[in-house]
Amino acid sequence: MVVEAKTRINLREISNKEDKLAPGHRLCLGCAEGIVVRQVLHAIDYPVVVCSPTGCLEICTGLFPYTAWRVPWVHSAFENAASTIAGVEAAYRALKRRGKIEDRVIKFVVFAGDGATYDIGLQWLSGALERGHTFLYICLNNEAYMNTGIQRSSATLKWTWTTTTPVGKVIPGKKESRKDMTAIIAAHNIPYVAQAAPHAWRDLMTKVRKAIAVDGPSFINILCPCVRGWRYNSKDTIAISKLAADTCVWPLYEVDHGIWRLNYKPSPQRPLTDWFLSQGRFSHLVAPDNANLVIELQQCIDQEWAKLEKLCQCFAD
Amino acid sequence: MSGNRLKGELKALEGDNAVAEAMRQINPDVVAAYPITPQTEIVMTFSEFVANGLVDTEFLAVESEHAALSACIGAALAGARALTATCGPGLALMWEMLWIASSWRLPIIMNVVNRAFSSPLNILCSHDDAMGSRDAGWIQLYAESQQEAYDNTLQAVRIAEHPDILLPVMCCLDGFVLGHTLEPVEVLPDEVVKEWAGTYNPCYSLLDIDHPVTYGAADFTDYYFEHKRPQWEAMERAPKVILDIGEEFGKVTGRYYHLVDSYRLDDADVAVVVLGATSGAVRVAVDRLRKNGIKAGMLKLRCFRPFPAQQVVQALQGKKAVAILERVAFFGAEASPVFLEVATAFYLRGVSTKLINYTYGLGGRDTVPGQICGVFQDLIDITQTGKTEPIFRYLGLRDF
Repeated sequence: MVVEAKTRINLREISNKEDKLAPGHRLCLGCAEGIVVRQVLHAIDYPVVVCSPTGCLEICTGLFPYTAWRVPWVHSAFENAASTIAGVEAAYRALKRRGKIEDRVIKFVVFAGDGATYDIGLQWLSGALERGHTFLYICLNNEAYMNTGIQRSSATLKWTWTTTTPVGKVIPGKKESRKDMTAIIAAHNIPYVAQAAPHAWRDLMTKVRKAIAVDGPSFINILCPCVRGWRYNSKDTIAISKLAADTCVWPLYEVDHGIWRLNYKPSPQRPLTDWFLSQGRFSHLVAPDNANLVIELQQCIDQEWAKLEKLCQCFAD
Repeated sequence: MSGNRLKGELKALEGDNAVAEAMRQINPDVVAAYPITPQTEIVMTFSEFVANGLVDTEFLAVESEHAALSACIGAALAGARALTATCGPGLALMWEMLWIASSWRLPIIMNVVNRAFSSPLNILCSHDDAMGSRDAGWIQLYAESQQEAYDNTLQAVRIAEHPDILLPVMCCLDGFVLGHTLEPVEVLPDEVVKEWAGTYNPCYSLLDIDHPVTYGAADFTDYYFEHKRPQWEAMERAPKVILDIGEEFGKVTGRYYHLVDSYRLDDADVAVVVLGATSGAVRVAVDRLRKNGIKAGMLKLRCFRPFPAQQVVQALQGKKAVAILERVAFFGAEASPVFLEVATAFYLRGVSTKLINYTYGLGGRDTVPGQICGVFQDLIDITQTGKTEPIFRYLGLRDF
């Protein structure tokens, strides 16, 4: 069943809302995570309970005796945000049924990094999705373990520099390709799955509206440019986000009740070299000696894009 | 434990089913669990209760034990009464979450059907699992019988949720020996348990939207230490509450519960300290020796965390020699966990009873009354020779 969500985003309406994440948190200047969290929470017109696993957002918003959260918020451990929120959601259903709490709609949202989602928390997330809890899981994907100091994750693009995939004399960065997490989640056949990025704020918030309206789990993988880890100037976060979509490094699409739909097609598609030139973590790829690596990666991105286009065409009218 | 007139119905139950029966009667808000031998029967039986509408619990058949405890923690933070059960490797997988549950003062109840750790793979009983987690901030109760497993579960709810305590409780029962063995269990009427258990009224809840709380903020050099102190203090208050609830339970059922139980100990010269199902074999051995005029006695630890040091010393001081029997592998320590506790309690109170230490029954090996009689014979030898060496001994270990 497709639920008709209130998806129209009204900027004036949103600008008058109180931030559920208060200013004064400790996220870096230019960090996309704070922007994305506010975009997501502004798109939700219900009371929310938020859960974050260990990571940048957690450590920068909840440092005792302070909290930046104006909504109920819990951080349990690194790997288990999905089962923590599953427990909260199960309690909500039980206590509502038994008349122990007021009968009102509450939405449950996880904000987790890519390390917590792609790597250490994958089993917990998969289990919670399979059991069908009603919650929205947002992956704040900055493509590495930024909280511990820029270590590679399985969301890190091949040949990227990180502190555990340094560019050495023998090995030029991360040897392995990234995992297609969004497709893995889509394979759970949950009602709503999407990829988004903060520059396309209307697209992102519309996706949140759709996701929050479904009965069952929903997942949005959101690219979060990281000033420190990606090595760029803090004023460029939104430009970098747009470049990711324009180079097809980060396609914007959704899988809405099984229907794959492309939400943005760059015209023209910009070359991957633009992506590499924009960030210090790729500086080695700009060197002439590594031209072959750039060709390899461009082929890889083109193949992924072509596959996604074909898949979406299958569902087109 | 002392029984008089029957208040409930006698049923033939395996320990796992007795626990499941207690869980059915408690009808928790949330149960999250993962099957693992020899705990599986608890989850299976409870699943049947759910499927047949005998409970209206939100039952989460999760994908791992770590997720089971994580979900119970989430549920308890949301104000729900949450229960789970596990054993050995499952408890090991939960490790990180044990500490989080107790640090957040969440009254989660977990039955642990004790199982040995790999390797080699073994699904039978050792107490390595519970003993390994003894410092995780959970109250630990050990059952001697299926009846006690049932009774402990019912009492645990009240102990854990007591406003002076608010700590999770681990109810241990020996895998297979209790978990998979049929014994008569007096099951209380459902309405009696319902009244006994009451409802959980949390101080804070994540679902209290109008009063948002932050759980799990980070703490460094400035507050972490201070935030640990209330856990100590809650543990210090626990013995009184456990005793009060044991007394109250006795008034309801005729079965009174304490921190420790003595058997023919008052006039004993030599004594064995034990916990769990092996207490039964020790009782038989004590009776045999008493028939032969040997003054043997037993001290059973029902509660290991908090350690009832005062009660242990009171019960054992003046004995000529005491053996501490434990079903646990401990590598690199001079003696086993209970031994170290007893020795510390004695030393701090200036008691210098002679102590020896046995490890027995690892990986489910049977320990029979005859072997316990051998332990008492060793104690009698000590009373005559004064020599305790070696302090640490194996019981029932073959020499290849």
